[in-house]
Amino acid sequence: MTAVEPDAAQRLAIATDGDVVRVRQAVRALAQGARLSLVDQTKLVTAASELARNTLIYGGGGEAVLSELTNGRRTGVRVEFRDDGPGIGDLDQAMTDGWTSGNGLGLGLSGARRLVEQFEIDTAPGAGTRVTIASWSR
Amino acid sequence: MPGADAARLAEILESRRADISAAWLDAVITELRGRTTRSEAEREQGEILDALVGGLRHGGLRLTDPAFDGLRGLLADLSATRARLGFTPRETAVGVFALKEGLYTLAADEQGTGLVELMSLVRLVDDLGLFTFESFAAAREAIIAEQAEQLLELSTPVVKLWEGVVAVPLVGTLDSARTQVVMEKLLQTLVDTGSEHAIIDITGVPAVDTQVAQHLLKTVVAARLMGAECTISGIRPQIAQTIVALGIEFGDISTKATLADALVAALRANGTAKSAIG
Repeated sequence: MTAVEPDAAQRLAIATDGDVVRVRQAVRALAQGARLSLVDQTKLVTAASELARNTLIYGGGGEAVLSELTNGRRTGVRVEFRDDGPGIGDLDQAMTDGWTSGNGLGLGLSGARRLVEQFEIDTAPGAGTRVTIASWSR
Repeated sequence: MPGADAARLAEILESRRADISAAWLDAVITELRGRTTRSEAEREQGEILDALVGGLRHGGLRLTDPAFDGLRGLLADLSATRARLGFTPRETAVGVFALKEGLYTLAADEQGTGLVELMSLVRLVDDLGLFTFESFAAAREAIIAEQAEQLLELSTPVVKLWEGVVAVPLVGTLDSARTQVVMEKLLQTLVDTGSEHAIIDITGVPAVDTQVAQHLLKTVVAARLMGAECTISGIRPQIAQTIVALGIEFGDISTKATLADALVAALRANGTAKSAIG
């Protein structure tokens, strides 16, 4: 990832369905503030929605850390999702379109990667999961 | 603590009841001026005191004791009523905590009320206050849940657009509970109106993620099983691009950019069917 320091961080707990909505709204507000295009805003918000729900359903709850980014002229939004859940054993399988360990469409994780500019995932069985996404203004 | 103590406390409350009630009532009336009448407050306090003394007589010393079942029920009812009437938490709690004012009058004069007994009574009043507060919060939670449910009903109207065409304009977040309501209403309306076309308009849905898409797909499939053709309209450019990037397949489900387009398509399909028959 580009070496930039976040301007300010905002932490939101993810423990209920309502929290997923709150994360989505907070990400949208930040994305608008960072002057992302309408398409990029919607993509980032949707990715955040997917990952927040994963944190809730598969990670057993956790938190989202939202921060604004600046890199010269460009501004961006970074969101980090953390949970202390079981972690992901087979990451390649988890990132495959249509594969799900639950009863969703199996597109959340793989789709989220396609929706944002930067995507990083750090996980190990028993060590929780940490997913970081970021999108920038054009 | 032994049961004898409780009996002694009951005795104190009974013998000094007039003094306690007077100070208690004064404190409550000062605090709740205009929100309750003196006779109303007096009646409530009488009931609380009766239940309190009754509980003590049966050997209860903590509010959690079975002897205080009646008192707890009384306080829960009182708090729930106040929550519904829009009392603030302070106004609700003060009704109970002001009982301490009555107890302090016992400490002020010297008619043989021991410090130990007073402390036990004050501690009991603290319990009552906390319990009142908990009941108040629970009642408020219940009211919020009730309103959320009402909102759920309100926010999902199924409207008839034309003979044989019904539409559901969706606004806001589409979670599992709402999807269930939408689906049930849509299917019922299809039956009631004998419609063959249903249009689900998602113009007001801010983001379509995989969960929302899955809910939409299920609704469409259910409508199809009942023999109705379903169209999803109101797909804005940014939503379309997001759906493509996510990789969601809508398969052979027809989608339109606007509700108007969807209506035209439905009418055309209806017209073709009619001319084919005629």
